[in-house]
Amino acid sequence: MKSKELSETIEINQQTPTKTILNPWQPFWAEQKEFDLKSGKYLKIWHGPQHPGVTGNMALELTLQGDVVVDCKTHVGYLHRGFEKLMERRKFIQCFPIVCRICVPEPDYNEYLFAAAVEELAGIQVPERGQWIRTLVLEMIRLASLTMGLGGQAGAFGLVPVGQWGVAHRDFILDLFEELTGGRIYHMYIIPGGVRQDFPDDEFPHRVELVLQKLEKLILDIEKLMFNNAVFKARTKGLGKIPAEWVELFGITGTNARAAGVPIDVRKDNPYLVYEQLDFEMILGSASDVYERSLLRKEEILNSINLIRQIFKKMPNKGEVRIKLPNVLHWKVPAGETYVRAETSRGEMGYYMVTDGSEYPRRVHVRGASYTHAMALLEQLAVGVSIADVAGLMVSLQTCPPEIER
Amino acid sequence: MSLKDVLSPFSAWKRTLEKPFTIKKPITEREGEDRYRGFHVNDIEKCIGCGTCEEICQNEAIDMVESYPITANKGDSGLRPQIDYGRCCWCALCVDVCPTGSLGMSNDYIWVTPNPDEWVFKPGIDEKEWKDDDKGYRRTEEAWLLDPEQEPMPVLEPEVRKNTFKEMAKGYQVTMALEEASRCLECGICIEACPTHMDIPEYIRAIRENRLEDGLKILYDTNPFSESCGRVCTARCQDVCVLGHNGEPIAIRWLKRYITDNTYEKRNEILGIGKPLPESDKKIVIIGGGPSGLTAAFYLRNYGYQITIYEKHDKLGGMLRYGIPEYRLPKEVLDREIKTILDTGVEVKYKVEVGKDVSLKELQETYDAVFISVGAQKGTEMPIEGMDTLGVLIGVDFLDRIAEGERPDLGEKVIVVGGGNTAMDVCRSSVRLGAKEVQVLYRRTEQEMPANDEEIEEAKEEGVKFEFLTSPVKISRKGDKLQVECIRMKLGEPDSSGRRRPVAIEGSNYVIEADTCVMAIGQKVDSEMAQQANIKTTRWGTFDIDPTTLQTNVKNVFAGGDCGFGPDDAIRAIADGKKAAYFINKFLTKKGEPLID
Repeated sequence: MKSKELSETIEINQQTPTKTILNPWQPFWAEQKEFDLKSGKYLKIWHGPQHPGVTGNMALELTLQGDVVVDCKTHVGYLHRGFEKLMERRKFIQCFPIVCRICVPEPDYNEYLFAAAVEELAGIQVPERGQWIRTLVLEMIRLASLTMGLGGQAGAFGLVPVGQWGVAHRDFILDLFEELTGGRIYHMYIIPGGVRQDFPDDEFPHRVELVLQKLEKLILDIEKLMFNNAVFKARTKGLGKIPAEWVELFGITGTNARAAGVPIDVRKDNPYLVYEQLDFEMILGSASDVYERSLLRKEEILNSINLIRQIFKKMPNKGEVRIKLPNVLHWKVPAGETYVRAETSRGEMGYYMVTDGSEYPRRVHVRGASYTHAMALLEQLAVGVSIADVAGLMVSLQTCPPEIER
Repeated sequence: MSLKDVLSPFSAWKRTLEKPFTIKKPITEREGEDRYRGFHVNDIEKCIGCGTCEEICQNEAIDMVESYPITANKGDSGLRPQIDYGRCCWCALCVDVCPTGSLGMSNDYIWVTPNPDEWVFKPGIDEKEWKDDDKGYRRTEEAWLLDPEQEPMPVLEPEVRKNTFKEMAKGYQVTMALEEASRCLECGICIEACPTHMDIPEYIRAIRENRLEDGLKILYDTNPFSESCGRVCTARCQDVCVLGHNGEPIAIRWLKRYITDNTYEKRNEILGIGKPLPESDKKIVIIGGGPSGLTAAFYLRNYGYQITIYEKHDKLGGMLRYGIPEYRLPKEVLDREIKTILDTGVEVKYKVEVGKDVSLKELQETYDAVFISVGAQKGTEMPIEGMDTLGVLIGVDFLDRIAEGERPDLGEKVIVVGGGNTAMDVCRSSVRLGAKEVQVLYRRTEQEMPANDEEIEEAKEEGVKFEFLTSPVKISRKGDKLQVECIRMKLGEPDSSGRRRPVAIEGSNYVIEADTCVMAIGQKVDSEMAQQANIKTTRWGTFDIDPTTLQTNVKNVFAGGDCGFGPDDAIRAIADGKKAAYFINKFLTKKGEPLID
């Protein structure tokens, strides 16, 4: 590859949006680039839908010049299961077991948001202890997801031990979930009205604490192996920079936005459950590259550990965990519409729900955080990146194809 | 790049010396947690096959299937869940909704089979490695999705109702009815238990959807006495209601009443009564205008036949009028309901007693078909000394007199003998007639009492005293008081009805003093007319009929209700009336062909 051409392509990547580009009829991300594939200069390959670096089933159609990506098109639809449509034909209680399947690593957010939307429309107030347990569950699953995600991030750059540690430690958290909810991956625990059951016994917080300590120890090792690693630094620093201006333009949320220095966190901006009563700071970065995002996620793990400890300290010891619903087989929710949102490890997730007073939701729309990250944004970020770094870049955005397609 | 960054990753080597996270034998070394949701278990003795699990399963993984050796029974559909693990998502909603609490999930961690057919099985019936009592997910009180409490019926306070024959239950308000109707699981177990097989889930659904007119039509499909039944039915449906297993059953009777209470003004219009019916030249006579006879009249009239009812009294209604006191079934309600039946165009001959004023033989020859529904009107007398003493009354006659408007003076203390619903009506009527002390004597214990629990409870609220395991042996008069000599009983071996037979304890006689003593120990059928047409009767005096078709040995004569099967409740009589209408129609339209295919 001639270095001049490469620098040109890199310039495309580095261009920042200006007022002319913001013309909604001709946005820069919709520009079609033409490549003469017959010239022999370019090579088109598919990255996915089956690829270990693609977190789920999603394809990137890459045009390469040498081993540098000059064009990227994202293709989704391989994992479409039609959850939103399925919900329209299911009674409210019957939606409860399927929503969690919208996201494998963090199913509980779907359960929570679905329940919260129904509760808001039906005017149900969840008992206090139920709210605390919900918060606990959400933080625990954030922890599990981030731990595995950090491992995935390292694994995508060839640092497999971190991946193994991450998955193993996630399993310790899943053990806790098995105790609390009866399920390991899909918990089906946060039900409209509260949570299904209280803690299995009084020793449960103690067992959680043991796992938290294991994780703290793990983070020390990960710092040595991953963040103080010359190779990892060399490959990730400066890779996949997201300009702060893009955050609003692309609808970027979560760690991806915070790594660019933009303070967005639903837990702070629009506190739900008991987050107002918890003491924590928003974690902000500035470099906005893959390294920065990984670093922030490590900090988020430590933050979650802190939050879980706070929850056990502050939650009421006794009380109802759920209120009785009317007969769920004929449960009618009054007509209305609502949008509820929560901060997942990947960013803002939201449920928009419309009801018409019948036993079925009229329309449910799920806003997955990955929807904006993995489709339009990735197309822009991948340009100018070496083919070997595409998987790592994708993981750094924490894309989750199931929530793109719902 | 610093040297530290180059060397630091090598620290990971220290982990090679650590114990691995994984365990070698996960099945033996690590058991599933208590709440783990593994494969299903089902206590098939507890399960009644209501199919609520099938209803709630959003994956349609559960099918209710016939399962040897389980057979259908009262309150049991005979079906059991079969689960397809290709569809199951282990959400355990089926467990959390299970009304009986039979369904659960084992904590079996890993089970696998190469045979795909084995992934579809009936838990509890098909042998599996895990057992019912193994650990695993079970329904807890806090996770139960159903509401075990019935919406209470507003009733008059005991102190108020003691002094009046005014109707006691006030009826559901809209919100109460909706609340109660929403508890229904639509399993349909009740349909089978109801003698006339009313489509209960369907009319409860009509209430939920506020389609009361449709609800009324559904009621009249099977029961033209829905308004009365909504008040006084013995509600066998509620006895088997699936919610009754771990809570209170649906108040089916009150919901039925709710429909009729809110539609009676427009009843004829809704049901289209008065519109031309198909006309047939065949004539049918019905003897006895009680619930059974009138029901038969209603349905036969709708088939188009000319109906004549012969009634002994000057009013229709039979036992509903003369056997049930005003506070449970106001006469006004009964009258308007009978009017609906008569409005279809039924002719009635009052004050004619078949057998005396007109012979059965004559009717049988003049009409195309005869339905006998004379009921069991004669009260049974106890074979003891002193039955003819002044102050000793027979239960049904007593109620009859009250129904006619009499308000006899019973004195201060009344003794009622018997444990059935008639005894309850008698004792509660006595309270309303001003008796200071009412005592019920029953020869078995409260457990064996055939009266409805609700009636017993309400009688207690009204101050009625119960004396169990006792029976009168002799009644005499001393001055202006009755001397009722009783003997204590104990329970012996179970008899043919499954209840334990009471046995007298020798020498335990004692005497109770009272002003009045009412015998409510049962009724008999008066079937003297049978001889006139050579109809066979049984040794209990009932007509000898085919239990399915209700046909007697004389082909065009049918009999049903209390006079066909012995004294029973109103709904049984109504069911017989409906059945008789069906078979009489079949008999008249398909002459010569057998009635049962």
